[in-house]
Amino acid sequence: MKVEISKGIEELKFALLSPEEIRRMSAVKVITPDTYDDDGYPIEKGLMDPSMGVIEPGLKCKTCGGKVDQCPGHFGHIELAMPVVHIGFIKEIYSILSSTCSNCGRIKLPDSNLKEFFERIKDTANRLSDIEYDDIVSEVESDASDVVICPHCHFENEKVALDKPTTFREEGKKLTPKEIRERFEKIQNDDLPLIGLDPKVARPEWMILTVFPVPPVNVRPTITLETGERSEDDLTHKLVDVIRINQRLRENRDQGSPQLIIEDLWDLLQYHVTTYFDNQTPGTPPARHRSGRSLKTLVQRLKGKEGRFRSNLSGKRVNFSARTVISPEPFLSINQVGVPAKAARELTVTETVTEHNFERLKEMIKNGPGVEEAVYRPGVNYVYRIDGSRIKISEKNSAEVAEKMELGWQVERQMEDGDIVLFNRQPSLHRMSMMAHEVRVLPYRTFRFNLAVCAPYNADFDGDEMNLHVLQSQEARAEAEILMKVQENFLSPRFGGPIMGAIHDHITALFMLTYRNPLIPLETGLHIMSYIDVDRTPEPVEVDGKRYFKGRDIFSLVLPEGVNLEFKGKLADKSLDPNGTEGLIRIEKGKLVNGAIDENAIGQSKGALLDYVLRKYGNAEGAKFLDNLTRLAAGVISFIGFSTGIDDEDVPGEAKAQLREVGNEAVQKVEKLIENYRNGLIGMEPGKTLEDTLESMVMKALSQAREKSSEIASHYLGMDNSTVIMARSGARANMMNLAQMAGIIGQQSIRGQRQHRGYTNRTLPHFQKGDIGAYARGFVSSSYKEGLNPTEYFFHATGGREGLVDIAVRTSRSGYMQRRLINALEDLKVSEEGKVLDTEGSIIQLEYGEDGTDPSRSIKGDSVDVDYLVKEIFGTKYEGGKK
Amino acid sequence: MAKYNILMHEMVPEHWLVPVKEEEKILKSLGVTKGQLPKIRRTDPVIKTLEKAPGIGEIVPGRIIEIVRKSRTRGIAKIYRTVIGE
Repeated sequence: MKVEISKGIEELKFALLSPEEIRRMSAVKVITPDTYDDDGYPIEKGLMDPSMGVIEPGLKCKTCGGKVDQCPGHFGHIELAMPVVHIGFIKEIYSILSSTCSNCGRIKLPDSNLKEFFERIKDTANRLSDIEYDDIVSEVESDASDVVICPHCHFENEKVALDKPTTFREEGKKLTPKEIRERFEKIQNDDLPLIGLDPKVARPEWMILTVFPVPPVNVRPTITLETGERSEDDLTHKLVDVIRINQRLRENRDQGSPQLIIEDLWDLLQYHVTTYFDNQTPGTPPARHRSGRSLKTLVQRLKGKEGRFRSNLSGKRVNFSARTVISPEPFLSINQVGVPAKAARELTVTETVTEHNFERLKEMIKNGPGVEEAVYRPGVNYVYRIDGSRIKISEKNSAEVAEKMELGWQVERQMEDGDIVLFNRQPSLHRMSMMAHEVRVLPYRTFRFNLAVCAPYNADFDGDEMNLHVLQSQEARAEAEILMKVQENFLSPRFGGPIMGAIHDHITALFMLTYRNPLIPLETGLHIMSYIDVDRTPEPVEVDGKRYFKGRDIFSLVLPEGVNLEFKGKLADKSLDPNGTEGLIRIEKGKLVNGAIDENAIGQSKGALLDYVLRKYGNAEGAKFLDNLTRLAAGVISFIGFSTGIDDEDVPGEAKAQLREVGNEAVQKVEKLIENYRNGLIGMEPGKTLEDTLESMVMKALSQAREKSSEIASHYLGMDNSTVIMARSGARANMMNLAQMAGIIGQQSIRGQRQHRGYTNRTLPHFQKGDIGAYARGFVSSSYKEGLNPTEYFFHATGGREGLVDIAVRTSRSGYMQRRLINALEDLKVSEEGKVLDTEGSIIQLEYGEDGTDPSRSIKGDSVDVDYLVKEIFGTKYEGGKK
Repeated sequence: MAKYNILMHEMVPEHWLVPVKEEEKILKSLGVTKGQLPKIRRTDPVIKTLEKAPGIGEIVPGRIIEIVRKSRTRGIAKIYRTVIGE
């Protein structure tokens, strides 16, 4: 094994290219703005000169003799007729111009001052603080730029101004790049360190271009379109412009044309050179392609999300991956993923032929590359012989190749059931966004998975797409199975509870199966039980000569053996259950004895029963439990049937009258409060103005109205109502939503306050000025079912808009915050001893989290669950000992 | 002289100067070198306050500070920092 030695970067130094250096590294002096001749051969001394490298296979580079994949490419150069400013150094040029004397080229500070600064530089050089050096350089600049009379030659300098983007003016007079260059040439090497340049590698006049480097052709390759048409890279287009204008400028200069024409051409050359570097320079119109699209030049290649850094270096496209729409499949285990046969035939796993897999691989090769068939049989796309040569498997040669197969060959076999893959949904906000699944090859064209797995991926099926990656090595597969499998990620490190669990209809179904322990007819019960993987049935009971199963007995089938648990369900604190027994869920020796199974038992992130099974029986048993749970739920709900509609919110006439009464009462109460306020009968509450006091009292009165309407609604809507079942069991929605549909929607607020903005002293022109009553400030007394009146509708939309804006702002802000956090923490790792180290080996934490606790194994943040241990060790007897 | 002692504030964890004699023992038990430990500036207000405590005097770069925090999960969490210049 080769020992890898990690090296740290001690120092990075940036330097400027001198004209000589540009010429020295140049392979060719480019003089013609053309690329190819009519026969398609590159023109000598043109922009595609073969001395600058080759892009067509078969050709050889004129400089190094290498072929396409051997030649690294070589720079060329253009001799500029007149010097131009480099847009990247505008700031530096400006600061040097203003801090040096235009006559003698010295920094405009007395020798004593300069000496002082040199001392300080030397000082910081010993201590290696770049920031301080930069501070000194900018101090020199700000001190020197204000000086008018040069202390060295007593010349009276004029103030230089930068006329963006590239023009410098001295008291209104234009400074040409040529003049700037001449000034810079006068600056002494000794002064350069105070300007921030190292005279060994950089001279200020090199910031003004006289020679222009032409990048190698493989930086700007010609693309041949399907039609045979050639299309040049944006950079090449820009270089054509530069050369063309450069030529015209030279001709005009040599002919002695009028100064005006020369200056115009010079400016044009400056424009082309500027946009060659950065086509988004402020103050410069971007250079455009014939089609009107703006050109992508050097800076655009690197910058931003689509730039080289973020798009090609921080992230790359990969092989062995697939992406398609997702859809649900309740009959898959949470550990599985359904892969369309079409994708499975494209995605391959490379296996080396050994004695152990010889016959299996031989059969697979015989299957060929596969056809669309009712039953999926994995085939083989390619095989590699020992010498590395590749054979494509077709239906014709499959039998022949299978016979020839030898030990040591590599076989690219298609995906089969049981392969381990990674499955991912963006945005990947936590580690559960990418988990390992077992493949099940299925017909049709979507990826499919168990509904319980929606939560960690934050997926739904309204058109979401997900990515899949096939693991290629034995090590990767082993690691993924141990660390990344869905069942290994049951417990979230965020809160130490199960992140996956039953959702929506699962909860509804099992709630209906267990609420008040219904009797299920024998045949129905047996059919429901056929959905789950059990080998026994509960004892049926006989009622009126007919045989039934009890709902809780059926549910108990999916419980692991010997579960003993007692906890409070959602119904525990509701007044719905008069006896209050359904809320207390009790499981004894693996049998549900009492209570209705609801969100608190099996729901995601709060299911106490699920949490208990996971911790006591382990992840594998937990996965089996959830698999059976979801299947059972599917069976139950498809047999019992469940649906909801707007008439679920129908309430009797007397209830309607009561609700109207509640609304009117609230409005009158508010009126009364306002009257008291106007008569000065309201006292100030601590820390509030009189207006605030009134507001808070009004808000209180109105929210009471909504609560009252909620009470009335839940009184008249019973457990025979689908929406109530969903709300009570925690499957979806809550009683407030129902109250809003059936009764009163309530106060609409913006930033926690009643609506108050809009017109002068009123929210809408429909109200009297100064009206601060309930309706004028956004109280909605209608229900969703009845519909809202126009002003109510407006206020409701206003409140809704606030919610939408809030979400948009929040996601973008928290996303950026998370990005910075991840960038700061990405290369920290936990060592074998549990220390947290960075890449240098420095300690970040002596013990992970400073307590060594894995948060996903913690009990709501605590390392040990004492209550649980006591119960497990001493049995339920000890229950009474709890105070 | 500062009016308050910041070390007495309830949100500032305990800071102790580790005696030179014990430094090696502690580093050995942690299995790290001085350079690997997190740093604390000599100009840190806590260090300045410590220096004023009787019998401590100037704390030179290279000394080790023990910080004792209360933790809900761990009881007390001890961490160490190396004093650096500036």
